[in-house]
Amino acid sequence: MPSANGTREITYVEAVREALTQSMQADERVFLIGEDIGVYGGAFGVSAGMHAQFGGERVIDTPISEAAIVGACVGAALTGMRPVGEIQFMDFITLGMEQLVLQAAKVRFMFGGKATVPMVLRTPGGSGTGAAAQHSESLETWFTHVPGLKVVMPSSPYDAKGLLMAAIQDENPVIFVEHKLLYKVSGPVPEEPYTIPLGEPNIVREGKHLTVVATSIMVQRAKQAAEELAKEGVEIEIVDPRTLNPFDDALMIQSVVKTGKALVVHEAVKTSGYGAELVSRIVESEAFDYLEAPVRRLAGLDIPIPYNRNLEYHAVPQVENIVAEARKLVRGDY
Amino acid sequence: MAKSKNAQTSQAAAKRKLSEKQLHDMLYTMMLIRRFEEKALDLYSLGKVHGTMHLSIGQEATAVGASGALTQQDYLLNTHRGHGHCLAWGSQADLMMAEFMGKETGYCRGRGGSMHIANVDANNLGANGIVAGGLPISVGVGLSIRARNTEQVVMVVFGDGASNEGAFHESINMASIWNLPVIFLCENNQYAMSMPVEKSMNIDRISDRAAAYGIEGVTVDGNDVEAVYEAVHNARQRAVAGKGPTLIECNTYRYMGHSKSDRQAYRTRDEVKTWMDKDPIERLAGNLGMSKDDKDSLFKKAEAEIEKAVEFAEASPEPDVADIMEGVYA
Repeated sequence: MPSANGTREITYVEAVREALTQSMQADERVFLIGEDIGVYGGAFGVSAGMHAQFGGERVIDTPISEAAIVGACVGAALTGMRPVGEIQFMDFITLGMEQLVLQAAKVRFMFGGKATVPMVLRTPGGSGTGAAAQHSESLETWFTHVPGLKVVMPSSPYDAKGLLMAAIQDENPVIFVEHKLLYKVSGPVPEEPYTIPLGEPNIVREGKHLTVVATSIMVQRAKQAAEELAKEGVEIEIVDPRTLNPFDDALMIQSVVKTGKALVVHEAVKTSGYGAELVSRIVESEAFDYLEAPVRRLAGLDIPIPYNRNLEYHAVPQVENIVAEARKLVRGDY
Repeated sequence: MAKSKNAQTSQAAAKRKLSEKQLHDMLYTMMLIRRFEEKALDLYSLGKVHGTMHLSIGQEATAVGASGALTQQDYLLNTHRGHGHCLAWGSQADLMMAEFMGKETGYCRGRGGSMHIANVDANNLGANGIVAGGLPISVGVGLSIRARNTEQVVMVVFGDGASNEGAFHESINMASIWNLPVIFLCENNQYAMSMPVEKSMNIDRISDRAAAYGIEGVTVDGNDVEAVYEAVHNARQRAVAGKGPTLIECNTYRYMGHSKSDRQAYRTRDEVKTWMDKDPIERLAGNLGMSKDDKDSLFKKAEAEIEKAVEFAEASPEPDVADIMEGVYA
């Protein structure tokens, strides 16, 4: 049932589709391009029905050619269009890396700021679907290491819609990382178009004992962990950066100043992961003087994602891991 | 779908579509390119520019013939060996020289240098430091032209080496299935750095690869400005008529090494001399029946323009370090 302001419960995948649809209705320069996004509706159904609605000229099915998909976005963006490319699985972005890293990210700077590349590259990342090592990667940190790219990782349907509409209106190349396991998650989303500014984090839950900084699906898991911990009288504050780069860290630092403790959680492997950036920002800031415990990271094991269901489960942080780690930090048991 | 058709267009067979005035102007641009690059080399030797450079001396006819067949509304995607195409596109030698010397007044405010000169306002979408890097981008420009329903085309220039990259296949395939208005201009200068074409592919003509995509493929004498003009002109007509992309191979030769580090151990002086005897500038001047004096005075005019460009560049300010972060994000 929609509320008075048109807010109703829809899934994450519906929120992404609504952002694409409303962006295309509002701006004829916006088009979609990718593999099996047309009649098939996309490997995860994100563009279901959009080919029928907008036609093959605006929902463009491509051959299996990731470099050309990314390059097509760069060329179209340079000449006045607003392309939204889809990379079917985040793993396949490796096949388009040259165009993304050496072209999309660099042309504006190389040309002295005289060109703009307003493109979005959407891609589903993450494990948990039994798809094993080549269809389960979380590679977002790579792109935060490339000046010129923006990296967005929505954790809820509301954020997915608002951030995607903002990404499409942005003048820069944006990597928009969805999570396969979030597609079916529901949440309140306004019907009318809206944007969430790129770079602004969100306090998902307020608490006083520990700051948990989490990305993507780990925000959902942190929320579940918070309910468990609340039963023990432990109130965690959850900060979701939402945009990994650029990231305004002021809210996160304020939170750590308040709680004195911080735990960073992400699905991607731990070594050189985004958590290292978050921890660095905390310890380089005034929050350092308020720390009552080491700042800890909870992240994916340093392994490829295994196929076996139980091994896959244990390869990345789960709710119980967050509960246990948070408990240790709050109790000083580290 | 058009069948692939290959034809070595000889100079004699090329139709004389160009007036004597046009050919004269083309000759001047070819001379300007040569003097620009010779000056660039001098400045490097004098330590006035740093980094490296990729010179196209010997390949001027390809650049001038190709751009000459396009309009100001069309788009160019250029290569790392792109000074010639840039000048042929109508770029100003002074702003190019300033870029070369890393000055704030350069086309890219000194941030790009020799390998990345662009002038997006003039639809010159930039030279590219990555072999085959422009090819996927050309697909997007083609899509953009189609979406905006204009009579433009995009010409993407690349070398023989780029035709062995995966991006070549993905891009030409995609442009062919959608009949996009893209001209794939392959400058076959016989070497990918040190790798000769005959060792890097199992075919005699790169244009034969067009057959794999069901598009037109043409090989022309890249040192014959009229033949290049003709081939690009025809490709443009096909593109705007909705008949899709064309792969044009221009056979030519670079007299200088790949870049500043090249000692040229992979080729003989005799081979270089054989190609110098087919020099595109001498050839066009000969076709125009120019006397030595006429030719010298036209070269002098080009030299004067380059001297002015150097004066402008040398007098131009360096970028301010305070602005170093500008241009990363819009």
